[in-house]
Amino acid sequence: MSRIQQTAAQTPLIELRDIYKIYHMGDTDVHASDGVSMKIYRGEFVAIVGQSGSGKSTLMNIIGCLDVPTSGQYLLNGEDVSELTDDEQAEIRNKTLGFIFQQYNLIPKLNVQENVELSLLYAGMPADERAERARYQIARVGLAGKEKNLPSQLSGGQQQRVSIARALAGNPSVILADEPTGALDSRTSREVLDFLRKLNDEGNTIVLITHDNSIAQEAKRVIRVADGKIIFDGPAREAFPRGD
Amino acid sequence: MGFTQAFKLALKSLAGSKLRAFLTMLGIIIGVGSVIILVSLMQGMTGEVTSMFEDMGTNVLTVNVTGRGSSRTVDVDDMYDLYEQNTDVFMGMSPTVSVMGSVKTSTGSDSFSSTTVSGVSEQYAEINDLGLQSGRFISYADLEARSKVAVVGAYVANMLGGNAVGQTVKVNGNALIVVGVLAAQDDASEGSADDCIYLPYTTASKLTFGEISTYTFATWDASLNTQGTTILDNALYAVFENEDFYTISDMQEMIDSMEEMIGMMTMVLVGIAGISLLVGGIGIMNIMLVSVTERTREIGIRKSLGAKRRDIMRQFVIEAGTTSALGGVIGIVFGAAVAVSLGQLIGINATPSVSAVGVSFGVSVFIGVFFGFMPASKAAKLNPIDALRYD
Repeated sequence: MSRIQQTAAQTPLIELRDIYKIYHMGDTDVHASDGVSMKIYRGEFVAIVGQSGSGKSTLMNIIGCLDVPTSGQYLLNGEDVSELTDDEQAEIRNKTLGFIFQQYNLIPKLNVQENVELSLLYAGMPADERAERARYQIARVGLAGKEKNLPSQLSGGQQQRVSIARALAGNPSVILADEPTGALDSRTSREVLDFLRKLNDEGNTIVLITHDNSIAQEAKRVIRVADGKIIFDGPAREAFPRGD
Repeated sequence: MGFTQAFKLALKSLAGSKLRAFLTMLGIIIGVGSVIILVSLMQGMTGEVTSMFEDMGTNVLTVNVTGRGSSRTVDVDDMYDLYEQNTDVFMGMSPTVSVMGSVKTSTGSDSFSSTTVSGVSEQYAEINDLGLQSGRFISYADLEARSKVAVVGAYVANMLGGNAVGQTVKVNGNALIVVGVLAAQDDASEGSADDCIYLPYTTASKLTFGEISTYTFATWDASLNTQGTTILDNALYAVFENEDFYTISDMQEMIDSMEEMIGMMTMVLVGIAGISLLVGGIGIMNIMLVSVTERTREIGIRKSLGAKRRDIMRQFVIEAGTTSALGGVIGIVFGAAVAVSLGQLIGINATPSVSAVGVSFGVSVFIGVFFGFMPASKAAKLNPIDALRYD
């Protein structure tokens, strides 16, 4: 049987219970999340896929503790994180989550090493330990020797690998990848996706947000959203039947 | 993120845009610079004037009697009596007669235009702490005999050709034999304290046909000045029954009131210069606001990686403080350089004091932190989602 069912007895790593996120736009209310419930377990590789405006970014923001739901519960590692203050959210992001963004989001004036060290810096880790862990992650993404380079001296693929190293540095429970290949050509996209799969094989939990079915197919499980609701949740091979 | 990290980051950020950093600091540089220049020059001037007065002796009380007709008056003997009754307070007393007129060498070939000629008693040297380099000072016998003798300052002695004792100077045509030469008080130049001639006050009084109206009293110590003033005031009031006919001036009091006056003037000038510090602070706030907007995305990234409000706050406050502090240091160096060279130009020592430098630095750090607060709090409150999307 699938791994999803094998792990069902554990506490889910991420559990959304009837999440609503409502934006007030003038007189109308926009339901960006309209009663979303889902469970994601440790070691899964999940793609949340949907068109723009489907509510996938809202889900990503809520899962990433960048935003709080209007109503509903979000349990992360069994802990209710749906009503936290800014600083409490920051703490969760720092300790539990690793972000990979479409635009890499590296700080231009900091070099590779310093960029990778950032989350460790905010975690209050001593300098030598920080440096060592950052070097290890940089080597892991194949950029050893580029520690002193500025992001502008690297190719797009390399920059994305730096951001992966940065996401990994804090040893997070979940890696959240928001359109990680959106700005890359097909060959480098391939590299990044292969790397994410490799990370998953090593036991990391990965949540991939994308609008692109072919990218979503790389995941093991696909959650398709439209109009703020989940319209499909199952293994990737069922999400994209032949000829779709 | 620790303080040193934030500080390094701030330096990096400043180094990244040097021209902008410099222009941002310019207000603080000018403000701190002008405060340093003003304070240093004022302090230099105060020091100069004070030491000038102190040379004359801080324990000196000068009594000036204008007199009230012939019935109510005091003469030299009355003043000597007053002195002798109060030797516990007064160390010495000398009637002082200023002699106006021409001073020439015996041959009349050279004249002294700015020489001060005073008739004094034998105690005057002690009162004013005058030393001799050769010869003797005026003696009691000179006073009694109204001797035509003189003691000259170092400048006058030099003009007489060095070995002045025994030579003659002519004051208003009267030949005076030089009996002593004073040790140099100043730089022995024309117009300085060394450009002087002292003669017995009895002789001076005869030469000028003037009444003796000025008396110089010296107390044992400047702390007795008030007591001395009271004694003199009581005695003179008993004679004149009106305060308008005599004045008693206390050297220490004069120095104090002058220092107070210069101090007040300094405060006003520094206050005006301080306005430019305020303007500099507003400049920093302005640039920090621009910087926060420009770095919205960076703030979003930092927040997504777990930076708390206080981390972002600290980063921007320290950056503002560092900018301002650096401007302060440049301003201090620039101000000190200008003050010292201006001081040399006008002949005073205008080296900035440690306290002026310390306070200026402290104020510039404070201004940066104060004016950095608002932009930093704006940055800290940014929503990470919006900040990450910002282009």
